Amino acid sequence: MTRLGVTRLLAILAAAILAAAAIAGCGSSSSESDAADTGASTSASADSGGDAIKVGILHSLSGTMAISEVTVRDSELLAIDEINRSGGVLGKQIEPVIEDGASDWPTFAEKAQKLISEDRVAATFGGWTSASRKAMLPVFESNRALLFYPVQYEGLEQSPYIFYSGATTNQQIIPGLEYLKEQGARSLFLVGSDYVFPRTANKEIKAWARANDVEILGEEYTPLGHTEYGTLISKLQEARPDAVFNTLNGDSNVAFFKQLKGAGVSARDMPVMSVSVAEEEVAGIGPENIAGHPVAWNYYQTTDTPENRRFVRAFKDRYGADRVTSDPMEAGYVQVHIWAKAVEKAGSTDPEKVKEAARGLTFDAPEGRVRVDDVNQHLYKTARIGVIEPDGQIREVWSSGRPIAPDPYLRTYDWASGL
Amino acid sequence: MEVFLSQLFIGLSVASMLLLVALGLTFTFGQMNVINMAHGEFVMAGAYTTYVLQTSVFGTGAVTLAFGLSLPLAFLVGGVLGLILEFTLIRRLHGRPLDTLLVTWGVSLMLQQLARDIFGAPNVQVKAPSFLEGGITVAGVSMPYTRLFIIGLVVVALLAIWFYLSKLPAGRRMRAVVQNRDLAAASGVRTPHVDRLTFFIGSGLAGVAGVAVTLLGSIGPTLGTNYIIDAFLVVIVGGLGQLRGAIVAAIALGLANAYLEYWTDASLAKAAVFALIVVFLQFRPQGLVVTRRRGLA
Repeated sequence: MTRLGVTRLLAILAAAILAAAAIAGCGSSSSESDAADTGASTSASADSGGDAIKVGILHSLSGTMAISEVTVRDSELLAIDEINRSGGVLGKQIEPVIEDGASDWPTFAEKAQKLISEDRVAATFGGWTSASRKAMLPVFESNRALLFYPVQYEGLEQSPYIFYSGATTNQQIIPGLEYLKEQGARSLFLVGSDYVFPRTANKEIKAWARANDVEILGEEYTPLGHTEYGTLISKLQEARPDAVFNTLNGDSNVAFFKQLKGAGVSARDMPVMSVSVAEEEVAGIGPENIAGHPVAWNYYQTTDTPENRRFVRAFKDRYGADRVTSDPMEAGYVQVHIWAKAVEKAGSTDPEKVKEAARGLTFDAPEGRVRVDDVNQHLYKTARIGVIEPDGQIREVWSSGRPIAPDPYLRTYDWASGL
Repeated sequence: MEVFLSQLFIGLSVASMLLLVALGLTFTFGQMNVINMAHGEFVMAGAYTTYVLQTSVFGTGAVTLAFGLSLPLAFLVGGVLGLILEFTLIRRLHGRPLDTLLVTWGVSLMLQQLARDIFGAPNVQVKAPSFLEGGITVAGVSMPYTRLFIIGLVVVALLAIWFYLSKLPAGRRMRAVVQNRDLAAASGVRTPHVDRLTFFIGSGLAGVAGVAVTLLGSIGPTLGTNYIIDAFLVVIVGGLGQLRGAIVAAIALGLANAYLEYWTDASLAKAAVFALIVVFLQFRPQGLVVTRRRGLA
C-alpha cells in the first residue's frame, strides 16, 4: 500500500475545491409542471393556449440564500393557490413552474432563460439578492418578458421589464435614517455584506449623512457567509457610534448579533438598525440576542389590517402555526396578486399589455393599500420602523402614515444629486 | 497595546473555532488519506443535536442541562454518521482519494438536503446556557464567556486526543497504522478496525465542534459550508494529517485574520490570508510539520 505524495494530494484537493465551486453552480431544479414543451421556442410569447397559465417561480432553494428565499416561494405559492381557488385568471388555472437559483447569480440568469424559452411562462416571480436581479435583468429585457422582484433593494434601477414589489431606498433606508436622527443619533457606523446592495446603499447613506450633519465613523464590509465578527465588534466599541446601520445579509446576521451580545453590547448602548432582518431572521438569530434593536420595513406580522389578519391566518393554516410572515414574504404574496389583477384588466398575459394595465393599479395588501407607480413600476408603500420584541415579533414604533411614492433615483432629494 | 491584546484574544478564539472543526479532519486524513468533504455536515449534525435536545427533549426550561448533554451526544451523533459513511462508502474506495473526495462531497449535499427536509430551510435557534452569558474584562480586554468556553473545549479535546494516542493501546495501534500501515498489519493490527475507530473519533469531534458553533453562529442546513474551507486550510498549512501542525496553523491563521482584519477589513484580510498561504505553500508544499515514515514508498 503506497502512500500518495503530499503534493499530489494537494493538487487533488485544489482541483476538488474548484470542482465544488463549479458544480455548486448547477443546482437541482424541480418543476411542478408536466414535461417541458416539445420544440423549445425562443419566442417570448407566453403559452396561454392550454387551459392553464404557467408562471415561473425562481428563488434559491439551496445554498446560502435558501434560508430566506424559500419563505418567499411559500407565500407566492399561497397567492397562486388563492387565485386558483377563486377561479384563476382569465378563466384559467395558474400553474407554477419552480426553479432553483441555487444562490448562484449565473444560475439565476440561466434558469430565467429556461423559464422564458422552454416553459414559456407568462411572468416570473423571483430573486432576492440584488446580484441575482442584476444577473436576470438582461435576460428579461432581451426576451421582453416580465420579472416580479419581491425584496427591498438599493434603488438606482428601473428596468421596463421588472416590477419592484419591495421597497426602494426612499421607502425604507431613508425613513430608517430619519428615525435614528430623530432619536438623537449624531454618528453612525455602517456594517454590510460585501456585494452590490450594501455598497450602493451605503453610498446613498453617506450622501444623506453629509447633508444631515451626521458623522460616519466607519464603514465595514464582510464576505457573504462570514462567521467571525470579533474584530468588527471591537472596531465598533472603539468608534463608539450613536447607532449602527446594518446591511448584512443572510447567515452573517446570526453570527453578528450573537457575538455582539456576547461582547456585552446592548441595544441601549448602541442600537443597530437593520434593513435585512425580518421575523424569519429574528427566529434564527434568537430573539434574546437581538431584542430591542430597531428594523426598517414596510410590513410586520403584527401590522394591523384586516387583510393582514387574513394573510397570516391563511399562511399558518397552510404551512404550520409556528411559521412567521415577513416583509419580503408579504411582497411576494402581493406581487402575484398584482400580476393576476393586471392580467385580468388587460385580458391577456402579453407582457406589454400587462405592463400597460398595471399602471396605477391598486391592491389592498396586508401592509395596507399599495399602488403601482405609473412610470417606474415600483409600488407606493408605507414605511414602518419597528423594534424587535423578546418574543420574536416586531412592534411598530413609527410609520409614515401613508404610502410613500417610490423614487428609485432619489430625484426628489437634493443631497442625492451626485449619485 | 490594548488593541494588540484584544486582537490577540480575538485571534485565539478564531483559532480555537478553526481548530475544533479541523481536528477531526486532520485525524481522518492522517490515518486514511481520506479528504472528507462531508465533515462540515457532521458539524451541522452536532449543532442540530443541540437544537433537538433543547427544544424537543428538555424544553427551554433546562437549557444548561441540555447543553451539557449535547456535548457527548453530538460526539456520538457525528461519530455514528462517520461510521456509517466509512462502512458504506469509504472503505470500498480505499486508496482512491479523488473518488472518496467526490463521493463525500455528494454525501455532504445529500445531508444538507436531508437537514432542510427535516428541520426546514430557515435557521433555527439554540439558547446559550445562562452561565455562558456575559464575560470578564482583563487588562482592558473583554472576553465573552462563550469564547473562553470554546477555547477551553479545544484544550480539553487536545488533551483527550493526546491521552488517547499516547497512553491507550487503541491509540498506539492508530499511530502504528499512521506510521506504516503494512507493517502494522503484518504485526497483527487489524487495520480496518483501526480505520473505523479513527473515523468515528474524527467525525465525533466534528459533532462537538457543532455544539460550539451554536454559541457563535447560525444553525442551518448549510452551516458546514461556512467552516469547511477554513478547516481545510488549517489541515493543508499544518501538514496533512499532523495534529501538532494543525494546532500551529490554526493559531497562525486565527491571529493573521484578527490582525489583518483590524488593519484593513474582513474581505481584504481574507484575501491577504489566502495570498500568504499560497506563498507559504510555494516554499513548503508539505506544510508545517512532516513526519518521517519508515515505509518504502
